Amino acid sequence: MNKELKGSIPTDSEVILGILNNSESVLKRLYVAYFPMVLQLIINNNGSPDDAKDIYQEAIIILYNKIKAGDFELSSKLKTFIYSVCRRLWLKRLSQMSRYSGDIKDFQDYSPVEDEVERQNDMDMQFSKMEAALRLLGEPCKTIMEDFYIHNRSMQEICERFGYTNADNAKTQKYKCLQRLKKLFFHQK
Amino acid sequence: MNDGKLLEEIERYLNGEMSPEERKQFELLRKGDTAINTKIAEHQEFVKLLKQYSDRLALEGRLDAIHDEIDVHTLTEELMVHPSWVVRLWRNHHSKISVAASIAIFAILCTLFVTGNLSNQESKYIQLRGEVVRLKQKTDRLNQTVAQGNRPVKNTLERFSGTGFAITSNGLLVTNYHVVSENDSVYVQNAAGKSFKAKVLYTQPENDIAILKITDTSFRNLPPIPYTIKKAESDLAESVYTYGYPQESGTYGYGKVTSANGLNGDSLDYQISIPINPGNSGGPLMDDKGNVIGIVQAKQTQLEGVHFAVKSSYLLSAIDSLDKKVNLNTKNTLANLTPVQQLKKLKNYVFMVKVYDK
Repeated sequence: MNKELKGSIPTDSEVILGILNNSESVLKRLYVAYFPMVLQLIINNNGSPDDAKDIYQEAIIILYNKIKAGDFELSSKLKTFIYSVCRRLWLKRLSQMSRYSGDIKDFQDYSPVEDEVERQNDMDMQFSKMEAALRLLGEPCKTIMEDFYIHNRSMQEICERFGYTNADNAKTQKYKCLQRLKKLFFHQK
Repeated sequence: MNDGKLLEEIERYLNGEMSPEERKQFELLRKGDTAINTKIAEHQEFVKLLKQYSDRLALEGRLDAIHDEIDVHTLTEELMVHPSWVVRLWRNHHSKISVAASIAIFAILCTLFVTGNLSNQESKYIQLRGEVVRLKQKTDRLNQTVAQGNRPVKNTLERFSGTGFAITSNGLLVTNYHVVSENDSVYVQNAAGKSFKAKVLYTQPENDIAILKITDTSFRNLPPIPYTIKKAESDLAESVYTYGYPQESGTYGYGKVTSANGLNGDSLDYQISIPINPGNSGGPLMDDKGNVIGIVQAKQTQLEGVHFAVKSSYLLSAIDSLDKKVNLNTKNTLANLTPVQQLKKLKNYVFMVKVYDK
């Protein structure tokens, strides 16, 4: 399966269009196409395959968000962009683990991508803050929040799901949950 | 309007669930109240964050699903740059290897230090040599004292007791000078246990020879002396024996002449292999034909199994230098006897010499 997928590296514009249209197959082809490159970078620079997966997925998410946000300008090849982001992320990870020995073995050309990585860093922080806040929120609030704000379920549905006697009770509950979630989110260190 | 109600309104407004009139009213409210305006913005922002969070969660789920379809293991094998295993080992473990090496070096140094191998082997050898040299000097000094012979190592036994043998039947005895030196009075005791007073007639300290004369009135002349004193020097490996009084009863000792010279080439002495004790001093050294070839000198040395006897030629010259002419026996009656018979006769002419200090 790998081989046949490898054979179909999507073009850069294909990828951009595909992501904008939420195409699952383009995402898959993109992922499969460039993973070996990143794997090669990581495992030959003191990393494990799991490290490679983490770094690569983070880079894909950066690319994905950039495209979705509409501010992705294809100044260099997509391949170079992904490689550069992964390289940057891995260097950061290495120095965090104090395993960085001062030189990294490169397999591709790369361009400076510090800005992208920094921006992603902020988003990562918010992501983990939200994750922690939701975890602390606990059930049933967490599910109510997810149902209403993420899955866009109506209050009526939620009311039935949780067995509230009337919609007003559910609304009050939802309001309390939201207030708590906000508090947890904004008051985290 | 309480906060819960307001939130609901905001949500409805943002989601576009309001009827046109409601919407109009709410927008009016919004315009007039900045607090509500910020609330709306805040809420919008927060909901966006929640959405981003869920989007990302979903995306990660999708990526994980894709990832699971990739044969990472095979790819890893293919893509791993394989430097030589030494390089890889070093690259992955250089810190550990360094620590291990340091510990190993430290341990070796400690071991060397503790076992003393770190210090110079050479100096140890020199020390050992020094020790040997010191020992040698000590021995030399000792040997010198002994060789000069006048005052051998003092020993109570030696000092008070020795052996002497008759050279004439009228009571002239020969012993070592060191036996009778520093005496107050000298007694001799024959094989029968009878004591006679004697006096020192003549001494030759340089040759360790003393001639005594029995002065006791109870002394009767001895039968004719059965042995002769040999003029010529004896040969090496000649069988010799002695009889003396290292203890209360007379003791026979048997051996060979092992050297024509004594300590440090001293030509005064023979070196003999007879086991000898201090009391043997002054005893006759006989060859197996019954000739006196020397006077046993029971000197103690640190050398094992090495003993000395003054050569008979010196004895003869000492006898010659006596004031009175001495007629020595010239007929050897022991020559054809067995050692047992020789000794039976000989022991009557050998005396224990007792010296008393006051």
